[in-house]
Amino acid sequence: MKITQISIFLENKRGRLCEVAELLGKNNINIRALTIADAKDFGVLRIVVDKPQEAVGILKEHKMVATLTDIVVTEVGDQPGGLASVLRLLDDNKINVEYMYGFVEKFSDKALMVFRFDNTDEAIKLLQKNNFKVIKEEEIKSL
Amino acid sequence: MGQTTMIWNEKVECMKLEDLKNLQSERFAKLVSYANEHSQFYRSKFHHVGINLKSIRTIDDILKLPLTTKDELREQYPFGLKATSIDRILETHVTSGTTGNPVAIGYTRADLDLWAEVVARALCCSGAVPGNMIQVAYGYGLFTGGLGLHYGAQKLGLTVIPCSSGQTKRQLKLMRDFKPQILACTPSYALYMVEGALEEKMDPSESSWKIGIFGAEPWSEAMRTQIEKTWGMVATDIYGLCEIIGPGVAQECHHKKGLHLFSDVFYPEVLDPETSKPVGEGESGVLVLTTLTKEGMPLIRYVTRDIVTMTSQKCPCGRTSPRISKIKGRTDDMIIVRGINVFPSQIEHILLNIEETHPHYQIIVDREIRGLDQVEVMVEIKEEFFSDEIKKLSSIQERIEKRIESNLGISAKVRLVEPQTIARSEGKAKRVIDRRQL
Repeated sequence: MKITQISIFLENKRGRLCEVAELLGKNNINIRALTIADAKDFGVLRIVVDKPQEAVGILKEHKMVATLTDIVVTEVGDQPGGLASVLRLLDDNKINVEYMYGFVEKFSDKALMVFRFDNTDEAIKLLQKNNFKVIKEEEIKSL
Repeated sequence: MGQTTMIWNEKVECMKLEDLKNLQSERFAKLVSYANEHSQFYRSKFHHVGINLKSIRTIDDILKLPLTTKDELREQYPFGLKATSIDRILETHVTSGTTGNPVAIGYTRADLDLWAEVVARALCCSGAVPGNMIQVAYGYGLFTGGLGLHYGAQKLGLTVIPCSSGQTKRQLKLMRDFKPQILACTPSYALYMVEGALEEKMDPSESSWKIGIFGAEPWSEAMRTQIEKTWGMVATDIYGLCEIIGPGVAQECHHKKGLHLFSDVFYPEVLDPETSKPVGEGESGVLVLTTLTKEGMPLIRYVTRDIVTMTSQKCPCGRTSPRISKIKGRTDDMIIVRGINVFPSQIEHILLNIEETHPHYQIIVDREIRGLDQVEVMVEIKEEFFSDEIKKLSSIQERIEKRIESNLGISAKVRLVEPQTIARSEGKAKRVIDRRQL
């Protein structure tokens, strides 16, 4: 149920983000969700792609610093309070969110959210028990 | 300036060159036999190269003696170079160390007197006269800048405001309240204080400072013009190094045509850094100094690693001692940042102890418009320590910044970069990019 996210270290350098995007594009890798975390003078690009293993191989070949991280993608109601309901559940069960971001596309009328938890396995169990749909890796490809 | 300038020790400072040379020769012969008798270091050094000390008669014989290097001083830390018993050493100063030992210098009573004497000469050379007031904004402590100016100023009969460095607001308040005519600090700090003055709604050109004695770091003619215009003062250059005595080795007079080197006590040579042979008049080379009269830790042919030119032509001010140019560069990779000596190897040593980074780095030094030097250290992160969490990466940066600050005494900004991005050349890596217009 875990999904592999690729995190890429980005120096704060002109054109760096573009280089990464072009490299993935040339190799026919499709970005499904992304976010950039930026510090003072570097950033971390986090992406969910259709072929994570292949993508990370290509990045490393090109001397980029990339790492794989387990994240959870779950559906939340796309209406006021939708996100709050899942966060309330997590908070009540003392599961911390390290960071989160959203998908542009969706399977149903619900929104797709990416979560990075401090305890991924327990979070998945909790979400499923409470009828939140947790997306599988294969499903991402068919999006 | 509205005041008559004076020459502190006219007898030696304006001595005929022939007489000066005789004085140097006499002192040099004494020094060599003193060193041979009292300094184990020099005795074994002389023995090692097999010199007949009887053949040392004039100052020209100095070429027969071996050079003394900074590495030797480090190896002899703390007092291996002493030529006197420790109880006769009244004060010690220590340079900033690299990865190994720093250099420690011990001063006897006579050495402290000599220091006060040469700084008094330097102060007069800059235009100071007894009765003036001086604000000493060089650091007091192990660094020689503060105390050296202090001793010389008292000897000359100036009123000293021993501010030490930093605390700009207080510096400016004391300047306004006491109206000192003289300011002594690093040239970059003199420029930095302009900002402080403007913040306080002060007009810098109305400052009480009429004479600046600036040193401990390289600075340009452009910087001089800027300081002189902004503060409405005459900015002069002072040269010195802890190993020889501290500030007071050489000083510019108001003609600003090179720094008068007090060669009756510090004998200068300018050598080709490759061959160690003397270069011709006006040619660039490394400055090598011999302390002709020091007793605590005399140095013979000490290689300063500062590149200068030297001239013996008489200066219109009447002083006859040779004049050296401003420092044109270094023969090693030392950089001076805000008056503090920094060796790239110190940074390397810190990085070797930080497991998340490669010891591949590049130091970028830049000077802000307002005058202070900024240091940025680019460090390659190791792939296996890359985290997708910003806070972990930031904590690596902060850890390195803290260690640089505590080990080197300078604040630097650390920038993490991708592995393999810092250029590696075939020979020596380019560790330092100095963008300052010196």
